[in-house]
Amino acid sequence: MDDIITLAYGSGGKKTAELIGELLLPAFGNDILGELGDGAILPAEAGERLVMSTDSFVVTPYFFPGGDIGKLSVCGTVNDIAVSGGEPKYLSLAVILEEGIPTEDVRRIVRSIADTAKRARVRIVTGDTKVVEHGKADGIFINTTGIGVLRHPGLSPKAIREGDVVLVSGTVGDHGTCVMLARNENLLRSGIASDCAPLFELTKTLRPLGTDLRVMRDPTRGGVATTLNEFTEGTGLTIELDETAIPVKKEVRSASDILGLDPLYSANEGKILAVVAPERADEALRLLRTVPEGKDAAAIGRVTSSHPGKVVVRTPYGGSRIVIKLAGAQLPRIC
Amino acid sequence: MCLAVPFRLTKVDGVNAVGEKDGVTRDIRVDFLRDPKVGDYVVCHAGFAIERLDAAQAQADLDAWNELEEALATL
Amino acid sequence: MEVCGTHTMAIAKAGIRSLLPPDVELISGPGCPVCVTDQSEIDAILRLSEERNVILATYGDMVRVPGSAAGDSLAARSAKGARVRVVYSPIDALGIARENPDAEIVFLGVGFETTAPGTAAFVKAAKESGLPNVSCLSLLKTCEPVLRALIAEPDFRVDGFLLPGHVSTILGEDGFRFLPEEFGIPAVIGGFEPEDIIVALTRLIRQIRNGEAKIENEYRRAVRPEGNPLARRMIEAVFEPEDSLWRGIGRIPKSGLAIRKEYETIDAKKRFGLVIRETPEPAGCRCGSVIRGAVSPERCPLFGRICTPEEPVGPCMVSSEGACAAAYKYRPAE
Repeated sequence: MDDIITLAYGSGGKKTAELIGELLLPAFGNDILGELGDGAILPAEAGERLVMSTDSFVVTPYFFPGGDIGKLSVCGTVNDIAVSGGEPKYLSLAVILEEGIPTEDVRRIVRSIADTAKRARVRIVTGDTKVVEHGKADGIFINTTGIGVLRHPGLSPKAIREGDVVLVSGTVGDHGTCVMLARNENLLRSGIASDCAPLFELTKTLRPLGTDLRVMRDPTRGGVATTLNEFTEGTGLTIELDETAIPVKKEVRSASDILGLDPLYSANEGKILAVVAPERADEALRLLRTVPEGKDAAAIGRVTSSHPGKVVVRTPYGGSRIVIKLAGAQLPRIC
Repeated sequence: MCLAVPFRLTKVDGVNAVGEKDGVTRDIRVDFLRDPKVGDYVVCHAGFAIERLDAAQAQADLDAWNELEEALATL
Repeated sequence: MEVCGTHTMAIAKAGIRSLLPPDVELISGPGCPVCVTDQSEIDAILRLSEERNVILATYGDMVRVPGSAAGDSLAARSAKGARVRVVYSPIDALGIARENPDAEIVFLGVGFETTAPGTAAFVKAAKESGLPNVSCLSLLKTCEPVLRALIAEPDFRVDGFLLPGHVSTILGEDGFRFLPEEFGIPAVIGGFEPEDIIVALTRLIRQIRNGEAKIENEYRRAVRPEGNPLARRMIEAVFEPEDSLWRGIGRIPKSGLAIRKEYETIDAKKRFGLVIRETPEPAGCRCGSVIRGAVSPERCPLFGRICTPEEPVGPCMVSSEGACAAAYKYRPAE
C-alpha cells in the first residue's frame, strides 16, 4: 500500500480491495467477516432479546495516552451495550478516512480495534470504508454499531427509588482530562492516561443483584455530573452527592486545578455509575472490586427526595448546592 | 481573576523553570522571583510565578485552619 | 464587597454566605476581567477574527463571551472558520507564531494586575524575538481606578472590601492603603481556600463593627507588604496607563494599560488600526449593574430564564468567574 491514504482507496476498485484485503481482513479475520457479504448473517439465540447500540467517534488527536480512536470505537459501543444489561457479541465498523492520513496510522488504529475487540470478546462482522477529500474529516471518523444479547433485564432510571445508593466503579475525569492535555502539548506534562476500557466483565459482576441493581450508565461526555442529572431530571427524586467520596487521581485533580477544569464534568471511557438498593451496596462494591477495572469503586451518593429533579452536594459549612449539567465545553481558564 | 496554583520548582535556568504539582509538570517563567531555587514553592498564574510561597506561614495557616474547622463543627 | 472573580466562585462553591451573620451582605463587585471588558472591546476582537490569516491566541475565558450580534462569539466565529487557539500562558503565543509563519498571531491580553506582568514579559519577549507575525491586543485594566470610581458613586454603600489575593501579591498591602487612609474604608486581603476567605471576612467584619479602618493581610504566605516590585517594574517598562471603558461603568481615566511606544511593533491596536467604538450592551442585559454590585445576579430579570450558561446574554453568565455564572452554577439547593 501507499504511504498515505488517497481518494483512490475509497473508489471501490482495486485500491479498495487492497485496503480491505491487506489492512482490514487480516486484523479482524473471522468466519462471518470472511464471507464478505453485503450483510452479515448472525446466529440467533432462541428466546433471547437483543441489545443494540451505535456510536460515532471523532476524537482529536486520534492517538492519546492510554488509547486511540480505534480502542475508543470498540469500547464506546461495547460499554453502552454492557450498561444496558447486554452481553456484547458483534460489531459493525464503518470508517471514513481523510485523504492524506498516513497508512501507518491507519494500520495502528486497525490493530488497536482488533486487539480491543479480542479483549472485549466481540467479532467485527461487517464494515465499510470511505475516503473523503483533504479537510473533510479530522484524519479519521469511525462509527460502530453493536449487537448483544440481553442478560440482565429490567435496568432503567425509572427503577431508581428513594434510599438507593449511587456507586462509581473508579476514578473520575481521567479520559476527558487526558484528551484535553493531548490536544495541546504545551499545556501540561503528566502521566495522565485515558481510562478507556471494555467493561462487560465489570458489569457482569453485578448480575447477582438482579433487580436490586436499578440502572447503570457510563458517564462519557459531560462527566458524572451530567449523567447523574439524567437520572433525576423530570422525577421527584434527588441524588445527594458526597463530593469527598468521589475518587479522583491526584494528577487529574492537580491538572484540573491548574487549568480550571472540574473532574465531575470531564468524560470517562472506562467507568460506570450504578444505582443499587441500599442493603446491597456493600456487596456491590465488593463485587465491582473483584475485577481490575473496578478496583477503586466507591459509594458516592444517595437517592432522596429533598430537591426533586436535582443533583445536590453538601457544602462544607452547612447547606447544600445544586450540581448542574454541563453547559458548553470545559475550556482551560485563567480566572 | 486570580486562578493560580502552587508549584514546586524542579529546574531553574535563568527566567525559565519547570514547576511540578502532584505529578503534573509545566514550563513556567520565573522573571518576577528574586533568586528562585529548585525546591521553592511558588504561586503560578498563566505560566508565570508571581511570588514565592512562604512555607512557614503556609504551615501556620494550615494549623490555624484546623482550629477553625473544629470551631465550625460545633456550630 | 469582593472584587475578584476567583473569590466570587470560591465563596459560591463553598456556600460561605450561609455562614455570614444576618446583618452582613456580601456583594460581588467588578472582579471578573472578562465581564468588565466592554462590549465595544468584545466587538473589536470579533472584527479582528475576520481578518485574513489572523490566529487569535486567547485564554479559554474569552471564547464564549457574546458579541453584540445575537449568537456571536469567538466560539461561533471559530465554527465558521476563524482561527482561535486557547492558550494557558501568553508565552505560548510565541510558539504558535513560530509554528505558523504565514499567519498573524494576536494574543488577547485580558486581565488585571495579576496577569499584567506576564503579559508584559510576553510583549518584551515578542519584540526581542524579532518574530514579525506576533502582536498583543492589550485590554488589561487596573484595580485602583475602578475602586475609586465605585466609591465616588452616589449609591456607594460598601462598608469594607475583601481584596483579591493574587492582585495583592503584585500590589502588596501598600497598593490598597488608599482605601483606609483616604476613605476610611477597612479592607482585608484574602487567599482562596474557603478557610482563607472565612478568616478574612471575620477580620473585616470585626473591623467594621469596631469602627476601625486599616489594611489587614490574611494571605501572608503569598502577599508581602510591598508586593512584588520586580513584577511592577516589568508592567511599567512595557505598559502605560490609558483611559479605559468598563462595562456598566463607562470610561474610567487611566484605568487601562496601553503598550508603550517602544513596543508599538507588538501593539495589535496599531498593527490592525483597531478603533474601539462605544457600543450599547445587548437589550435587557444588566451585566453592567451586576458588575458594579448595584444589582445581584438573582435580581436581573433575565437571570436563569432567558440568560443561562447554555444561552448567555452577557458575559457575567458565560465567564467562568462571572457573578451570574457563580450564582447559577452553585446556587443553593434550598
